[in-house]
Amino acid sequence: MTDETKQPIETKAPADDWTRISRRGLLKALVSLPVVGVFIYNFLRKKAADDAKRRAILAELGVAEGGPAVIPNAISKPPGKKLRVGIIGYGGEGESLIRHAGFAHPDWIEEARKSVRENPRDKQLETYLNQDDLNIAITAVCDVFDVRAERAIAASQVDVRSGGGPALPAAKRYARYTDLLASGDVDAVIIATPDHWHSRMTIDAAAAGIHVYCEKCMTRTAEEAVAVHDAVTKSGIVFELGHQNRQSEAHNKAREIIDAKILGPITLVESTTNRNTPWGAWVWDIHKDGNSGTIDWAQFEGPAPHKVPFSLERFFRWRCWFDYGTGLSGDLLSHEYDGVNQILQVGIPRSCVASGGIYYFKDGRDVPDTFQAVYEYPDRDMTFVYSATLANGRDRGLVFMGQDASMRVSGSLTIQADYDSKRYEQKIKDGVIDPAQPMFTYRPGFKGIDAVTSATEQYFASRGLLFTYRGGRRMSAYHLLIAEWLDAIRNGGTTSCNVDRGFEEAITCHMATRSYLEGRKVTWDPVRRVIV
Amino acid sequence: MTRGLSRTGFQTAALVTLRILIGWHFLYEGLAKVLSPYWTSAEYMDQARWLFRGLFQSLAASPTAVAVVDFLNAWGLTLIGAGLLVGLLTRTAAACGLLLLVLYYIVAPPFVGLLYAMPAEGSYLVVNKVLVEAAALLVLLAFPTGHRYGLDGLVFRKRGAEYQALERAGA
Repeated sequence: MTDETKQPIETKAPADDWTRISRRGLLKALVSLPVVGVFIYNFLRKKAADDAKRRAILAELGVAEGGPAVIPNAISKPPGKKLRVGIIGYGGEGESLIRHAGFAHPDWIEEARKSVRENPRDKQLETYLNQDDLNIAITAVCDVFDVRAERAIAASQVDVRSGGGPALPAAKRYARYTDLLASGDVDAVIIATPDHWHSRMTIDAAAAGIHVYCEKCMTRTAEEAVAVHDAVTKSGIVFELGHQNRQSEAHNKAREIIDAKILGPITLVESTTNRNTPWGAWVWDIHKDGNSGTIDWAQFEGPAPHKVPFSLERFFRWRCWFDYGTGLSGDLLSHEYDGVNQILQVGIPRSCVASGGIYYFKDGRDVPDTFQAVYEYPDRDMTFVYSATLANGRDRGLVFMGQDASMRVSGSLTIQADYDSKRYEQKIKDGVIDPAQPMFTYRPGFKGIDAVTSATEQYFASRGLLFTYRGGRRMSAYHLLIAEWLDAIRNGGTTSCNVDRGFEEAITCHMATRSYLEGRKVTWDPVRRVIV
Repeated sequence: MTRGLSRTGFQTAALVTLRILIGWHFLYEGLAKVLSPYWTSAEYMDQARWLFRGLFQSLAASPTAVAVVDFLNAWGLTLIGAGLLVGLLTRTAAACGLLLLVLYYIVAPPFVGLLYAMPAEGSYLVVNKVLVEAAALLVLLAFPTGHRYGLDGLVFRKRGAEYQALERAGA
């Protein structure tokens, strides 16, 4: 037990004289001081080493850690004049575009509310409500299916609006898109029909001086792409092709990385689509009210090369047939290519070899479910490979391969030095750069987790096609792209995916389709503007 | 009254060493997070599989909540670590540290049947290092050392003197 002799110094002071402290008591109180010193010394050393390493890498790379320096402004000025927008084709994509423009269908709002109640992590309603009010009215609708036309009208007068916008009068339905264009009721149209209608509608809108937002693929054939390019260029309308990656923060940062020549000479770009659900393979729902009485089949077929009897499958799952689209080429290669074109500005390739087959979805479709295309860019000393399957969900991503480093682009960016890089040889030797670890990662909106549900949504999210970030805030990439288009209409200027980019996209996709269908290598003749 | 009196010098030294090491660990964990603009607790909370799973996941889904949690966690770790290291507000620091570690444990306990996206750096079954460190803080709560071997002895001298008076009385 303790006694006076064992604790003479500490107990010398009487209990009421607590202000005094013995020398030994002081030493005991400060017992951890040397450890604090050791901690501070080590901490500062560690911090200095980490900072020096990061500075060395960043100085070598010549690129900033933060968000992209240059990013297309979605809106340059507040939207002053109210624009009247028409929608042609209010299917899945059309409904999504109109919602991102600020007009969700009441059913969608009801579903989203229910979904938030069940899963508070579901952000779709919040994202919708937080979007800016773009100051537009949906004044006109054209859809060959009565149910969808009625849905579009309901959405046009919805009272739960993005950015607290007011409810507006109902859109008027037009039986034919030509009537819609001639009505004088629209300043601009969103075209979200099957691909085989895109060129005719765009050309007619351009002739009427009506601005166009068109879904990808820009056209169904190369000849149509040439015609659309000429018509839009001549008319001077504002045209935007629906490639949301143009607004993706990661894609814009990737372009900065390329401009800084961090990867060295790039010889190979590999881009992929892997999806593994029937929905992802365009086996979309057949609406219970769809029949020859509610669907104007003749108008649906329109310019399709082969006329067939009324078919619900063909109407609701049109992407499965070359009569209406181009399968993987126009739907998903188009996005991948546009992403590569945005980052590398490669333009139209010299040649293409494509192959594939219908290996899994033997459901009567004529477009392949497994598809590869190899493009050559001899002027750029580079090959672009696209590889896709609709019956496997492995994430293979989009990878740029340079002599000095590789860059993987998904929702985020990862750059890894190459073991045998010439440029980084010394830094790898010095241990500043470790080729086994990413030397630079960029993750937009790195704080917070988004609730992403379906496999297809995950695929789109990883490609920056569903949402993106601005200053760490989650934004819909669709919304930003539409906002950018409306801004160019109001204030002039061009769009990030204008008709020149759209032309490059369409021709590149059609080269793959032609090569696949004809079983041969095809080349692009830039003078005659034909695929040979 | 046997508070601290039955300890041998060896026992006290062991307790103070434990306190200083845990303090060091917390302090660096905290400072590393404070100084890294990329660090976030979001992924960790998002992988919650057990109690309060919904709460952790909804925190992870809200950028504002994540910002608050990140701030509290990073500075909490730092202050707790500093407190344990120098022996200041030692018992409060130990209690808060214990609470934090229990929260970490609840988010991702290594139970049979629970799988996590984030790899663990060792092999754990029910007991992991978080739980062991939490238990170590429990020991520090039960056997405080800050009032004698820490700044508590200086800052809260009056209480320290009272302790000593009590010790004398119990002698």
